[in-house]
Amino acid sequence: MNMLSRVVVILLVLFGVQSLASASLVDDHDGPADQGGERIELMGSQLKSGAVRSIEAPSWIDVREVLLLKNYNTRLVVLSTMILGVAAGLVGSFLLLRKRSLMGDALSHACLPGIALVFILMVMVGGGGKNLVGLLLGASITGVMGVGMVMLISKTSRVKDDAAMGIVLSVFFGVGIALLAMIQTVPGASSAGLEKFIYGQAASMVMQDFLLLTGVALVIAIACLFLLKEFTLLCFDQHFGKVLGVPINLLDMVMMALVAAVTVVGMQAVGLILIIAYLITPAATARFWTDDLKTMLKLSSVFGALSGWLGASLSALLPNMPAGAVIVLMAASLFLFSMLFGTSRGIVKRAFSHRQLTIKVGRQHLLRAVFEIIEAHQQSRGHTALSNNPIDFESLLKHRSWSQSNLHALLRRGKREDHIQLFDGSSVSLTESGFGEAARITRNHRLWEIFLITHADIAPSHVDRDADSVEHILSPEMVRELESILEESVDTQVIPPSPHTVVEEVTS
Amino acid sequence: MKISSDNSLDPSHSASHPLAIHDLTVAYHRKPVLWDIDLDIPEGKLVGIVGPNGAGKSTLIKACMDLIPRASGEIKIYGEPYKKQRSLVGYVPQRESVDWDFPVSAQDVVAMGMYQKIGWFRSVKKKHLQKAKEVLDHVGIGHLANRQISQLSGGQQQRVFLARALAQDAKFYMMDEPFAAVDAATERAIVTLLHELKDQGKTCMVVHHDLATVAEYFDWVVLLNMRVVKAGPTEDVFTKENLMKTYGGKLSLLDEAAEAVSRGKSHK
Repeated sequence: MNMLSRVVVILLVLFGVQSLASASLVDDHDGPADQGGERIELMGSQLKSGAVRSIEAPSWIDVREVLLLKNYNTRLVVLSTMILGVAAGLVGSFLLLRKRSLMGDALSHACLPGIALVFILMVMVGGGGKNLVGLLLGASITGVMGVGMVMLISKTSRVKDDAAMGIVLSVFFGVGIALLAMIQTVPGASSAGLEKFIYGQAASMVMQDFLLLTGVALVIAIACLFLLKEFTLLCFDQHFGKVLGVPINLLDMVMMALVAAVTVVGMQAVGLILIIAYLITPAATARFWTDDLKTMLKLSSVFGALSGWLGASLSALLPNMPAGAVIVLMAASLFLFSMLFGTSRGIVKRAFSHRQLTIKVGRQHLLRAVFEIIEAHQQSRGHTALSNNPIDFESLLKHRSWSQSNLHALLRRGKREDHIQLFDGSSVSLTESGFGEAARITRNHRLWEIFLITHADIAPSHVDRDADSVEHILSPEMVRELESILEESVDTQVIPPSPHTVVEEVTS
Repeated sequence: MKISSDNSLDPSHSASHPLAIHDLTVAYHRKPVLWDIDLDIPEGKLVGIVGPNGAGKSTLIKACMDLIPRASGEIKIYGEPYKKQRSLVGYVPQRESVDWDFPVSAQDVVAMGMYQKIGWFRSVKKKHLQKAKEVLDHVGIGHLANRQISQLSGGQQQRVFLARALAQDAKFYMMDEPFAAVDAATERAIVTLLHELKDQGKTCMVVHHDLATVAEYFDWVVLLNMRVVKAGPTEDVFTKENLMKTYGGKLSLLDEAAEAVSRGKSHK
């Protein structure tokens, strides 16, 4: 897994560096597209110049051109969203582990009034109101205010965190919407373009946005590299961090500032409503593949970049398909896939290992049952050495609470595994390998039972069930340990007799 | 209230004492949890903090490490405020205080005890993880060093926390309910560890809830119920009358306490 993730990272980096290198030079395909810093509308229209605006399957050439970043604008947009994905993946991992996912949501929604207010201010002092830096600054101020408000409410009143976030989130967003509506009525000012902060408009990104995103991503990567220890403490055990003298409150603020930075610069691409999904989903996806924080951070940024690349490319190919939504859908697809097939905690893997255990337990129960019946049968006749004789189906059925069909299924599996021989449906015997296995299983079971009785004070009448739950996962080392513990009390070279009655009556 | 019999009020003496608390009051939402605490812990003792639920046992040790603000009072660790003495103090928090699903291994957690030594902006190196594994070996779970912490049993998780405190290499350890819900083997391992620390001249202050084992495990006891009811050597302080005062009103506990005292005596 680790190897694979490394390869993917390297590929992505090479890919990015190469396209970036050609992007920064004079563009050789379309000519420099944004000479005057004018925002270019939709690379989609450029790609499909003259095409009818209806949904139609893009041609293979279009697909290739977009995925390989041949077109200047596509390249800019896709690279920007990929870099945003890396940054969001890194910060999102800590946000998720700190259990502050919703806080990110409150933050992004609280950005809207800031944007609107700055716009109004700029119009009032006579600008066009479209200064990006100003707008983003406004967004960060109210965004941080929103987070502060949540903390204040939950600290000073008895309102819980989630309620406080719900209130702040909707109130700030409501104020923002109201302000936007007011802007529409101001003569001479047009709020056109402000909606892009709500829904995102990746296609309208220019060099300036790209550089801003790259800068933020770099800061975040450096912070995660140098403050990994401290962030780990903050998320895992902040009290212990305080005891060590780590300024936990300061770190918390640094982390929220990084979240705010990603939110603000990412807003143009995916919009303030959806940015939270971009922060949380790659991190949650990565958790399905690993139990190690560093690997999780790497994977999370890869998943972020991957959904950015696929999402932005797809939205460039399909007309009228907003990038933000497609990116989030891509991230969600990766999440769904990982939830099912993740190697660390994926559903399929867990179901598979559960099934493996069920099969193993069934096999061990069957073999031990056959062995115990043979043993009881022959001991009642005074034999000392056991011979592998067939036993009848009925006595096996009585031995445990198996249903007829249950037992048949177990026997069929036993036959496939070459442990069991069946004779015309009425009697059963063990094969040579089955007999060896049955002896081993029975011995382990008895050793464990005796251990429980002599060392854990469990009554012999209860011991069978307790032994049952553990014996199936006894490792060879544990068996050796049992042997050494029980050496004095039991002859561990042979199969010790069962400490309780095994077969109530022997039908001969 | 004068607690310990020796010169607790002599300032020249307090520098050699791991912990000296004077007039401490702590309140949550204006509701006092600890009142007028005066306490002086001598060096080299195993100290048990005992009292009913809600008596402020955890609050007391958290206040000692400035984890919660105090309404009034003064706390000195070896004669200085906690801020200046961090490197002398090791801490074992309650096991439930963290999310064990966190993506770190046992040795990663133990390495946290060395973060101070590693320093800001530096990363955890191989040698630190090696050291962490040695400490885990010491508490008997070295073979689980690479396990993710959610795959450990409760007792093993408790040992990870103990190992992390050992990795801090402190002189004075504060432990919050290390014996809570652990298996017998872990309980024995913790007791062994406490005695090792004591033999090295270190001091341990342990929040403890099981009255039956107090006399066996600790040579000094603090009986706490919002105030310090009594503190001193176990044989003087851990008496039926003092326990009645500490657990007063909780009748069902009185019998248990009385029984614990008689059992404790028989251990001696």
